[in-house]
Amino acid sequence: MEKNYFQRGNQSISDKILAFDFQLLLLILALGIISIFAMYSSERGNFSYYTQSHLYRFSIFFLLFIIISFFKIQFWYKSAYLFYFIVLILLLAVHLFGITASGSKRWLNLFIINLQPSELMKISLIVFLARYYNKIPSQNVSNLKYIFIPFLSFMIPFFLVISQPDLGTALLIAISGLIVIWLTGFRIKYFLYSFLILICLTPVGISFLKPYQKTRILAFFDPERDPLGAGYQIIQSKIAVGSGGIFGKGFLQGSQSYLDYLPEKHTDFIFTLFSEEFGFIGSLILLLIYAFIIYRIAAIGAEVRNNFARLFCFGFAAAFFVYVTVNMAMVLGLLPIVGAPLPIMSYGGSSMLSIMIGLGIVMSCKIHNRDELR
Amino acid sequence: MPLFSETFQNKAKLISRRMFILSTLKVGVFVGIISRLFYLQISENIKYRSLSDKNRFREWKLVPQRGIIEDFFGEKIADNVQTFQLHMIPEDVPNIEELFFRLSKIIDFNERKRNSLIKRLKKRKRWEPIIVSDNLSWSEFSKLNLFLHEMQGVKPVVALARKYSKDGSSSHIVGYVSDISVKDLENSKLLREINVPGLKTGKNGLEKFLNEPIIGQPGIQRFEVNAYGKRIKELKLVKGITGESFRTTIDKEVQKFTSKLIENKSASVCVMDIYTGDIVSMVSSPTFDPNKFVHGISQEDWQALIKDTKKPLINKSMAGLYPPGSTIKPIVALSALENDVISPKFTVECRGSVDLYDRTYHCWKEKGHGFMNLRNGIKQSCDIYFYEVARRLGVDRLSVTAKQFGLGQKVLGTFLEERSGVVPNTKWKLKNIGKGWYLGETLITGIGQGYFQSTPIQLCLMTAQLANGGYKIKPKIIYNEQDFQTTTEDGGEKFKQLYRNQENVKFVLDAQFGATNEPMGTSYRSRHVKPEYIYAGKTGTSQTRTITAEERELKLKQKDLPYKKRDHALFTAFAPYKNPRYAFSVVIEHGGTGSSAAAPIAKKVIRKVLDRHKLRTKYQSDLFKEV
Repeated sequence: MEKNYFQRGNQSISDKILAFDFQLLLLILALGIISIFAMYSSERGNFSYYTQSHLYRFSIFFLLFIIISFFKIQFWYKSAYLFYFIVLILLLAVHLFGITASGSKRWLNLFIINLQPSELMKISLIVFLARYYNKIPSQNVSNLKYIFIPFLSFMIPFFLVISQPDLGTALLIAISGLIVIWLTGFRIKYFLYSFLILICLTPVGISFLKPYQKTRILAFFDPERDPLGAGYQIIQSKIAVGSGGIFGKGFLQGSQSYLDYLPEKHTDFIFTLFSEEFGFIGSLILLLIYAFIIYRIAAIGAEVRNNFARLFCFGFAAAFFVYVTVNMAMVLGLLPIVGAPLPIMSYGGSSMLSIMIGLGIVMSCKIHNRDELR
Repeated sequence: MPLFSETFQNKAKLISRRMFILSTLKVGVFVGIISRLFYLQISENIKYRSLSDKNRFREWKLVPQRGIIEDFFGEKIADNVQTFQLHMIPEDVPNIEELFFRLSKIIDFNERKRNSLIKRLKKRKRWEPIIVSDNLSWSEFSKLNLFLHEMQGVKPVVALARKYSKDGSSSHIVGYVSDISVKDLENSKLLREINVPGLKTGKNGLEKFLNEPIIGQPGIQRFEVNAYGKRIKELKLVKGITGESFRTTIDKEVQKFTSKLIENKSASVCVMDIYTGDIVSMVSSPTFDPNKFVHGISQEDWQALIKDTKKPLINKSMAGLYPPGSTIKPIVALSALENDVISPKFTVECRGSVDLYDRTYHCWKEKGHGFMNLRNGIKQSCDIYFYEVARRLGVDRLSVTAKQFGLGQKVLGTFLEERSGVVPNTKWKLKNIGKGWYLGETLITGIGQGYFQSTPIQLCLMTAQLANGGYKIKPKIIYNEQDFQTTTEDGGEKFKQLYRNQENVKFVLDAQFGATNEPMGTSYRSRHVKPEYIYAGKTGTSQTRTITAEERELKLKQKDLPYKKRDHALFTAFAPYKNPRYAFSVVIEHGGTGSSAAAPIAKKVIRKVLDRHKLRTKYQSDLFKEV
């Protein structure tokens, strides 16, 4: 028994390959393929720019995902802080040298790609917090002394990102951080208190919102207020989804997206396009794939032998879940349009990179699930 | 070591417990999303599908082809012709300034047209075709086609547009079409329903009256459109229905002939079939070119039309009001005979003037006619005689007869501009002027002056209803076959009779024969000698004002008076005298006397109409044979 705990992972490559979670691998591959078809449809059945680059990105990042899987869990544990600070520096760099597009400064020009560090922050924050909490005994978690650093660790990026401005990603970063803190056993009553304080602070927060963010939130509550302006996206998205029916309009037959009624159809609204063409059944299948991925991540987390990996897997599973549901709830008119991509499906390199790194670490946890940390 | 493992396990349990709480939450959220999908895609599917279709499909209406208006012989008086148009799709034009410059070299594209086009362009979407010029000449059009390869974004189009005969002889009858105005839309439900860009609507005349049946049904082109409204592909095309075509009772040939006769005068000539009520001709002069309105009349042309003192836009045959003057005398005589006020033998001595009710009433013939009986009174149009008849008859009895014969009410009712005129009586005066009737007014009413107001077409109907033996007819301008079949030439019994004793009508007609064909008759100089053209008529000269005593002293000649002060010349007639078929009325505004100005024109028109009578009846019977 004791021997097991101290056993060091010293697997050969073939061992590692056999230790792969093939279910997860297949699910990711399936999602990738679906996303390429959806992208192809968003370009009206042309294999052009978006589809091509989505395909390349997926292929490269899938390879990256497999490479990351082979890294020992120890590596991620050791480099967790470094990873976080690099991303944080990149986020600061965005403030200084960022590229401005459609009114917000989100990207860094790295010559090969335009990187969106805020997306990477989503994953590095989880790694950071998993590492931080690994050593802290659970009875100390709720101690004020130990909440200070985690709080700062997500509040700094949160404010950096919100000032870009990118409300959606900022919220997702904050939520990712809160999820990990929650998982460590932070007292529920403190959550309740902070929640109450947050509600009290809402009016103050609203005053900090940009006008376009305000109109988006107003449009959420009543899209018909401005059907051709702020409410347009949500109205058209609901029409697209609703008109899909049970079986959908068929591949490449989605009139809403084909005729450009659907905005942002290859990024935030890719689910709408998919749902219009494949209907309720298709959406259900896509949802099941996501659910299975989340389940597999959580299952891997349950099997690992160290709390860093466990915290990371559970944290990532929950965060992944949040990304998926926030995007879907948004396009289905259940949440305001804040700009949150659907993992893997949406066009966007940084988002996919961040997800694939996360999945890679999860896979690494699976392969090295008997590793102990030193 | 055991401590460490203990901590790990405790912590792992805690984490897993927290994860479990999260997972139940996740399941809840997933269920929420699935139910939302269910709600949108299954429960509300029909609603969203229709909304999606509403997005996707857009229909464009196509301008329907307007029905044609023909004359009695099938000659077109309002036709559709090909017009050559130039359309432009703004988004396909690389350089609009350059295009405008090129166009100005090839077609008539001046500064004004350019500015109005630029103004219209601002209101349109960039991919919607816009009409640059809607009425190009053939030479412009062919030149344009020659240089087309040098100009991108423009397209020569052959379309249909209204075309009227250029002489304008039937302009007042047919009216014209023009672009739909806001007022037209307010007034017509049909136009609101089928308003298509480029659709023209009838503004007056028959074009206006027949607008609803003649306009047709627009076709529908259904397109799939994208979010920006750009047409992606045509899905459906429903051809429009061409509007109903109409045949009128008008004889275009007579119209042209008559129009030419009164070309420079402010005048009206009406010809009516006394049995069928067919209006064979109804000309108002001066006329205008209705084609100018079709593509939008220019400001200069419009100003010229409305500033013309002879009022070319007014249909004088129906909207011109004139005192009937002596042309009313046959009706006064008939009324007196019918009411047994006088007999034909009743005699009055005319000394040129008569003093009654503290005033002097004059006859047109200063020296007087001497002793007059009824027949001579009509024949020589003796005013003194009719003062006496009117005095005995009274204005109320006279007005009954006048109204019976068609005065004081609209003849056709199909034209908006038609006016009903006035047949005065004591009640009318009390109601409209608020004063009691003076006996002196009866006298001047008896010679068709005073409050009496009538339109030329009313005078024509009055003459027709006398000439057919005193039967009521229903005048019409739109040809209707059924009407024709129930009325035969001698089918008099089918009509409502307007007389008590037909001998009285015959007497009045005979007196008019005398007026035209016997020496001393007022229109003797304008008689026809050839037996087949012999007609009977009654002149009238209606004063536009009271002649003062001084003017009478000066014996001013009409031609010495300023135009506006001259008398109106009137003439009513029916022909041929034996077996009459047509009634005529001629009114020349400020033309002088009826016998000198109006009767000679009537003479020519009568000859023309009678010449064409055979053709008309033959054409009609040929039509029946074909059916």
